[in-house]
Amino acid sequence: MGERRITTPFDDVLVESLTSGDRVLLSGTIYTGRDAAHKRLAELVAAGQPLPVDLSGQVIYYVGPTPAKPGRVIGSAGPTTSGRMDAYAPALFALGLKGTIGKGLRSPEVVEAMRKHRAVYFGAVGGAAALIARCIKQARVTAYPELGPEAIYELQVADFPLTVINDCRGGDQYAAGRRAYACAP
Amino acid sequence: MQRTIETATVTATVARLCREANFNLPPDVCRSLEEAVAAESSPTGREVLAQIRENALIAATEEVPLCQDTGFTVVFLELGQDAHITGGDLYAAVNEGVRRGYREGYLRKSIVGHPLTRVNTGDNTPAVIHTEIVPGDGLRITVAPKGGGSENMSAIRMLKPAEGVAGVKKFVVETVERAGPNPCPPIVVGVGIGGTFEKAAAIAKKALLRDLGQPSEDPAAAVLEKELLREINCLGIGPAGLGGNSTALAVHVELYAAHIASLPVAVNINCHAARHVSAVLPAAFLR
Repeated sequence: MGERRITTPFDDVLVESLTSGDRVLLSGTIYTGRDAAHKRLAELVAAGQPLPVDLSGQVIYYVGPTPAKPGRVIGSAGPTTSGRMDAYAPALFALGLKGTIGKGLRSPEVVEAMRKHRAVYFGAVGGAAALIARCIKQARVTAYPELGPEAIYELQVADFPLTVINDCRGGDQYAAGRRAYACAP
Repeated sequence: MQRTIETATVTATVARLCREANFNLPPDVCRSLEEAVAAESSPTGREVLAQIRENALIAATEEVPLCQDTGFTVVFLELGQDAHITGGDLYAAVNEGVRRGYREGYLRKSIVGHPLTRVNTGDNTPAVIHTEIVPGDGLRITVAPKGGGSENMSAIRMLKPAEGVAGVKKFVVETVERAGPNPCPPIVVGVGIGGTFEKAAAIAKKALLRDLGQPSEDPAAAVLEKELLREINCLGIGPAGLGGNSTALAVHVELYAAHIASLPVAVNINCHAARHVSAVLPAAFLR
């Protein structure tokens, strides 16, 4: 099975062409965000205030990288557990966010919000943080520098290897993978 | 004879171990991943395992962290009863080592000083320190950085003795099944059976330090480890949760005596970045 190259920003046509289980190589601009940044974004959304980043058509990578060694763009940067951002994600999809990258299960509410707003969830390989860092060509903090590893970074990535976990039709690669390989002990 | 160990040496050793643990996948884990590739029937699973092995190679060669979650620094101290620590507070020396190791190694600072108000301490301290007094006159220090993603999927339950081995197995397998793709499979499963509530959790954590694939010395526990590994790898979760038969690299069971009314079971889940590295002080003591 080949890997398909895709580029941000996403539109509905691209999102609808992705199916759970597809392996892709992602390039372009993406934004980082994890627990603390999401909490702040959610507070702004609730107050009806603009966000520090326009998320329309964009992709958020759930990651808190290690500090960059001198001369490097970024430190190690593998995915964190996505489920901790489930409470915040539907409101961001409603604002036009088209994709998220992380690892682990999403809630039924997030899967439903992705169906409703046409968005997709990608899995990166948890723990492959030094390998993934090689795909990150530029990094700059765009919001909340005081949060350190939890700040929002704008990343330029090239050929970031990902698997589509949940597509916008309710497909779920975690469930499909288990069905294919479960056995009787 | 009483040996003297300087706290400055403890600090320098802890700092070095913090860096080493985060840059180098232990040899037993590397071997176990190699075996997993050979046994994995999913092509995607094999691809994920190849990425994990390549990642370990990059981290070791470039001296960068294997995983961005450089963990809560869990430190085990086995202190010989005839050793004499001089130069200040032992735990302060350990924490200074963590501070230094995480700064010098460009490791992530992942600790908030208060679990409710949640402000990052900025230096990854305090460590979680487990101390055991043992015979001898040396100090063995083990640093085992523990990631949050896998720790969050761990669980403890106070079973009824009537539930027996079958109840233990059911709880362990259910815990791994519920964790699914979250703790970065292939995982290592530490199981603590017996003791009190906190003892079961402590020995489950200690089970993660054993070299992967080295069976328990207790015959009943060794059988249980084998059966649990087989059942867990039949769940189909696979590498990165994308489907496959390497869901766990190893299951390690540690036992302790139990109260006549109790059968506590703790399941501590570790990711494939099963980091642990040790040193013995004074260094001359080794030779």
